[in-house]
Amino acid sequence: MAVSVALVEAPAVAVTPMSYWRTVGWRLSRDRATLLAGGVLGLIVLSAVLAPWLAPYDPSAGSIRLRLAEVGAPGHVLGTDEQGRDMLSRLLWGGRMTLVAGLTPVLVALVLGAALGVAAGYVGGITNTLIMRTMDIFYAFPAVLLAIAISGALGPGLANTLISLSIVFVPRVVRVAESATVQVKGLEYIAAARASGAGVRAIVRHHLLANVLGPILVFASTQVSLSIILAAGLSFLGLGVTPPAAEWGLMLNTLRQSIYINAIVPALPGVAIFVTSMAFNLLSDGLRDAMEIRG
Amino acid sequence: MWVYVGRRLLLAIPTLLGASIIVFAMVHLAPGDPISAVMPAESSQAEIEATKRAYGFDRPLPVQYLVWLGRVAQGDLGKSVATRRAVILDVRDALANSLVLALSSSLLAFVLGMAMGLLAAFRQGRALDKLASAVAVVGVSVPHYWAGIILIIVFSVQLNWLPAMGAANEPGVVEYLRHIVLPTVALALIPLGVITRVVRSAALDILSQEFVLALRAKGLGARRVFSHVVKNSAPQILTVLGLQFGFQLGGSVLVEAVFSWPGTGYLLNLAIFQRDIPVLQGVILVLATFFVLLNLAVDLLQTLIDPRIARD
Repeated sequence: MAVSVALVEAPAVAVTPMSYWRTVGWRLSRDRATLLAGGVLGLIVLSAVLAPWLAPYDPSAGSIRLRLAEVGAPGHVLGTDEQGRDMLSRLLWGGRMTLVAGLTPVLVALVLGAALGVAAGYVGGITNTLIMRTMDIFYAFPAVLLAIAISGALGPGLANTLISLSIVFVPRVVRVAESATVQVKGLEYIAAARASGAGVRAIVRHHLLANVLGPILVFASTQVSLSIILAAGLSFLGLGVTPPAAEWGLMLNTLRQSIYINAIVPALPGVAIFVTSMAFNLLSDGLRDAMEIRG
Repeated sequence: MWVYVGRRLLLAIPTLLGASIIVFAMVHLAPGDPISAVMPAESSQAEIEATKRAYGFDRPLPVQYLVWLGRVAQGDLGKSVATRRAVILDVRDALANSLVLALSSSLLAFVLGMAMGLLAAFRQGRALDKLASAVAVVGVSVPHYWAGIILIIVFSVQLNWLPAMGAANEPGVVEYLRHIVLPTVALALIPLGVITRVVRSAALDILSQEFVLALRAKGLGARRVFSHVVKNSAPQILTVLGLQFGFQLGGSVLVEAVFSWPGTGYLLNLAIFQRDIPVLQGVILVLATFFVLLNLAVDLLQTLIDPRIARD
């Protein structure tokens, strides 16, 4: 993982060169695919946050007479599920659960992983060996298997999903943080800072973190879509969020039996997962390009 | 080089031991103790204690771990709490089914991904390149369990061409193939995306090097240049292939659940809902061992192809 140095790319008209972050912003503002992905994502997050006000019905209020209504049925734009609950309302509420279950583990991994990785990389020696070899053990399991195994042992529930997914993502962030730290630590300006009498805390805070956080952040952003797919996948298996709560993976699971009656409605929660995860992927691709981080 | 091989082999041992500790710890992650959960509700305290002793759950944890590890090393993964069958037999049958599925989906993803990645690199910026990039993004973004359901809706429910569930009951190659098509496609989506992306960037990397220019200047035709590019990107492509195959084997739980394919993932799912901890442990341990050995094989094969790697 190479850490790129700010590259000042002055447009012909500008007189003063732009700062690194302004350059990144300028590049992003010209990248249409990334802007579109960001817009879509903004709408998804907004609709999840505003679900209580946007949803036309109570997400858990069903009606026996209105089961599996088609998309476009009067009063139910996106139809109803197997218990006659309004799909639009459930998708809006479900987005909250899925986003929380998918984003939290990556945030936990970002904080814990960056701390462990920077410590391992900067201190080196025995500390490094201890931390990195422990993380290696988790690489003995494919991500999906590890998440399902831990969730399976812990039992269903949102909290257990968060725990098992955090365990999946922490070691990944640690690896990236460690290798970025080792690379930056060897650069001359760190040696110069140390020679001029700066303490460990000052060096880490002012010189190291500023150059290491970029790659770590970008890497974490690439993991969000996997985290969302896995979080919904755990609910899909019955290991995540428990009924009657609305969550996209869980909705997909309970609607699965109904594909012989109504082909469109059971597919909708998956469309929501797909669009969200794709938007996150496109956004992180754009971010990586704009920040000129290879990895 | 042999020093490297030896060191790499030694490094795999602590990883495997660490993995075994995690798998062992899973029993104790579970809420409640592993015996009370499966005993009949009316059993007396004495009966529970007796069963605990019989399974060795009354001894200190490190002792339990060593005893368990000793048995595992001899191929004894214990007995299923639900069926009383030896876990190793269940895992063996399921592993065979999972291997077939992992092989077929890896093959599909490899052939398509290689073709698309290479074509995209040689036609950079053209329509084909854009298509390959789109496939790559969709492949890694799509929830594959949902893709499986869509395949069932289209090809089983609507068109009625292919069966929706299970492996073939009646013998026959055609029946078997008919059952494996849909799970193969669903499982191939993620590696297809990843392989397309890696092959494209590896080929572009090689194409931008000076020796390719030299080859072209020498008057080599497009086909010969192509073969040089493929040969030079082989180590990188091999790594991603090996890893993806491992992911396929361990990551097929969701797809196997969708299609009721009788593999390790299906067995794991069953074990979780029956709270059959020995089966859960057995499946995960076998898959993790397989995964570690596969990574090892890929590493060693890589140094064989490109000895420069060992010197780094």
